[in-house]
Amino acid sequence: MQSQATYNYKVVRQFAVMTVIWGIVGMLVGVIIAAQLVWPELNVHEWLSYGRLRPLHTNAVIFAFGGCALFATSYFAVQRTSHAPLFAPGLAAFTFWGWQLIIVLAAVSLPLGLTSGKEYAELEWPIDILITLVWVSYAVVFFGTIAKRTISHIYVANWFFGGFILTVAVLHLVNSAAIPVTLFKSYSAYAGVQDAMVQWWYGHNAVGFFLTAGFLGMMYYFVPKQAGRPVYSYRLSVVHFWALIFTYMWAGPHHLHFTALPDWTQSVGMIFSLILLAPSWGGMINGIMTLSGAWHKLRDDPILKFMITSLSFYGMSTFEGPMMSIKTVNALSHYTDWTVGHVHSGALGWVAMISIGSIYYLLPRLFGKPEMASKKLIEVHFWVATIGVVLYIASMWIAGVMQGLMWRATNVDGTLTYSFVESVKATYPFWTIRLLGGLLFLSGMLIMAYNMFLTMAGGKAVNAPVLAPAAAH
Amino acid sequence: MSDFVSGFWNIYVVSIVLVSVIGCGVFLWMQSTATHVEGATTGHVWDEDLQEFSNPLPSWWRWLFYITIVFSLFYLAMYPGLGNYQGQFKWSSAGQYDGEMKKADDQYGPIFKKFQSQDVQAVAVNSEAKEMGQRLFLTYCSQCHGSDAKGARGFPNLADGDWLFGGTPEQIKESITKGRDAMMPAKGVKPDLNGDQIKDLASYVRSLSGLTSDSIRAQRGKELFAPACAACHGPDGKGMVGVAPNLADKVWLYGSSEETITETITKGRTNRMPAFGEFLGDAKVHLLTAYVYGLGGGVQAAAPAPAPVAPAEAMPAERK
Repeated sequence: MQSQATYNYKVVRQFAVMTVIWGIVGMLVGVIIAAQLVWPELNVHEWLSYGRLRPLHTNAVIFAFGGCALFATSYFAVQRTSHAPLFAPGLAAFTFWGWQLIIVLAAVSLPLGLTSGKEYAELEWPIDILITLVWVSYAVVFFGTIAKRTISHIYVANWFFGGFILTVAVLHLVNSAAIPVTLFKSYSAYAGVQDAMVQWWYGHNAVGFFLTAGFLGMMYYFVPKQAGRPVYSYRLSVVHFWALIFTYMWAGPHHLHFTALPDWTQSVGMIFSLILLAPSWGGMINGIMTLSGAWHKLRDDPILKFMITSLSFYGMSTFEGPMMSIKTVNALSHYTDWTVGHVHSGALGWVAMISIGSIYYLLPRLFGKPEMASKKLIEVHFWVATIGVVLYIASMWIAGVMQGLMWRATNVDGTLTYSFVESVKATYPFWTIRLLGGLLFLSGMLIMAYNMFLTMAGGKAVNAPVLAPAAAH
Repeated sequence: MSDFVSGFWNIYVVSIVLVSVIGCGVFLWMQSTATHVEGATTGHVWDEDLQEFSNPLPSWWRWLFYITIVFSLFYLAMYPGLGNYQGQFKWSSAGQYDGEMKKADDQYGPIFKKFQSQDVQAVAVNSEAKEMGQRLFLTYCSQCHGSDAKGARGFPNLADGDWLFGGTPEQIKESITKGRDAMMPAKGVKPDLNGDQIKDLASYVRSLSGLTSDSIRAQRGKELFAPACAACHGPDGKGMVGVAPNLADKVWLYGSSEETITETITKGRTNRMPAFGEFLGDAKVHLLTAYVYGLGGGVQAAAPAPAPVAPAEAMPAERK
C-alpha cells in the first residue's frame, strides 16, 4: 500500500547541490593556501593571506561541504527509514537558508580577520548564535521525523545521525561561551589551560562527532543500499556505536601533550584514544564486510569504489590517530606536517569520499533519472581523487617525520643541528607534492560538478512517494 | 603538589576514570554473550531492502578491544592518570624535563664552561667558539635578528657598528641577559603637537641625515625639535647610547621615509628584546656575547684593551 504523501526531497536536493559547490570552494581555498606555502609571494593582500584563508578553508570544507553533505544525507535517510515525510518542512527550509547564510558570513568575516581565535570555532558570537538557532531547528526536524516514524525500530544510521546532532549542539554551546565586547569581538568565557582543554574537548569531538559519527550514519544508509546487501552485524553496530560515542568524549587532551595541562589529564586522554581504536574499526568492519558475498560489484561500480575506499581510509586514520596519541610518538609528530597528513587522510580519504559516493547515489534519485549522466566520469573522478589523497598524505607523512627528526637533532655540544628555517626549506618539495595532490582532488570535484549539471539538465525535481513499512516477519 | 582544589576532585577523577575504562570491558563482555544466528537477518526491514545480519562480534576485534582496555589499566597503574596517584614508575613530565636537562648539563656543560673563564674578545676569535656561538645564535636569535644578524625592520642590525644599547662586551652581555625595553612616547615630550607640526618635525629629522626634505618645513621643524625631542635625542639629534637612537646617521630601525617618521612621531614606538639570562645560563650567554661582539661591530671598552689574542685571564678585574 502506498499513501499519496511524498518524501520531502526539496531540502535534500538543495543541500546535495550545495555540497558539490561548497566542496569546490573549500578545496579551492585549500589549494590556494597550499600554493602560498610553496610560493609565499602569493600572499597578495591581508584579506587573502595564509593566516586568514586557513580558517576559511577548514570552515568551508568541514562545515560548508561536510555540513551540507550531512544535512542532505541525514534528511534523506531519516525520512526513508522512518517511512514518514520530514517533520516541520518550514523549519527544514530554514535550516537550509540559515546554514547557507552562516557559510556566507564565514566567508566574509574570516578574510576580514574577525575571529575568536578558537580552532574550528573561529566564527564570532553573532554567527555562533545563528548556528545555535539552525542547529536546534535541525534537531527538531530530525528527531520530529524519528518521532512520527511508522516503523517501530530505529535504523542504525539514525542512531549515528542523532548522536552527532545532539553532541554537536552541546559542544558548540559549551566551547563558544564568550563575553561579547563589540558586535565583532568577544573573549572566551574560559582562561588559560582550562580554555585550551575546553577548546580541544570541542576540537577532538568535532572530529569525533561532526566528521565521524555523522559520516558513519551516512555510511550505514548508503553502503548497504549501494551494495544491495544487509549490514554485516547488528551486534557490532550496537557495540561500536555506544563505545565510539562514549570514548570519543575523553580523547581531547591528546592534543595538549607536553603542555601546561596536568600529567594525569594527558594520560587519561591518551588511554581513551587507544581504547578508541576498536570502536572505530567496528564501523570500518561493518561497512566493508557488508560487501562480503558481493565483492564482484566493486569491479564495475565506481560509487561503491568511493565508499569502500573511504572505509579503508577511515580504518587507516583511526589506527594512525591512537598511535599518534601515545606520548612518545606524539613527541615526534606534534606540530609537524604529519598531523596535517593525518587530518587529510581522514578528511579527504574518509569524509569527502563517503560524501561523494553518497551524493552520487542521491543525485539521480532526486532529479528523476535512472543514474548519473556519465558513469565513466565517476570512474575518472574516483581515480583522480584517490591518487590525489595518496600524494597528499604520503608527502605529509615524509615531511612530518623529517621535520620532527630535524627539530630534535643535536650536535656534539648539545646545540640544535638545524635552525627552524632549515626545516622549512627542506619541506618545500613535499609541499609541492601536496599541492599537486590537492589540485587532483579539486579537479575531481570539478568533474563531479560537470556530471551533476549534466544529470540535472535532463531531469526534473521529483519527490518519491512515502512507502509503507514492509510487513514484519 | 596536587592539581585539585579539594580531595573530592581526586576521588571524583579516580572513580569516573576507572568506572569508564572497566565499564567499556563489561559492556563488551555483556554484548558478546548475546545469542546470534549467523547468516540470518534480525528480521527488521527498512526502506524496502535495508536489513541487518545477526552475526556475532568478530573475535579478533573483540580481543583487540580487550587488549586496549587491559593496557590502559596497566598504564594507569604505572603512570599518573588516576587523580593524585603518581603511578608506580613515579614518572612526571616535569621530572622527565629536569632529568633530561641535568643529563644535558652534565654532558655539554664542560664544553661551554671552558670558554666562560676566557675574555670575550678572546672567545670572539676562537674558531670553535665561533661555530658554537653561531649555532646558538641561529637557534635563539635569528628569528628576529636574521640568520646573518643584519636585523630587519624593528629588529636592530648586530653586525654593524651602530648600537642602541652599546657594543662593549659588558653592554652586549647585559642586553642578552636582561633583555631591553625601549619606548618612545607619542609626540615625544610635547603632547600638543598637531599634524602639521609633526610633518615639519619629520622633514627636519630627515634633513639631519642629509635626506631630501622640504626646507621650509625643516626650518619650522628645527624649532620644534628642541622642546619635543632634544630631551632624549640630544640638541643635535645624535642620540645617546641606552636612551635614544642617533637620528643623524644612516641607520634606521623603522625606516627613514617621511611617512614612517611621521608615524613614529605620531604614535610613538614600543619595542622589547626578551631576557635570555635565566633561560640560557651564564656560559651560553658568554658565548653568544662573544659571537655578537665578533660579528664586526664590537666596541672595545673605554680602558685600553689588550690585543684580542691576549691570555684569557688578562683583565679579570675589569669584568664586573
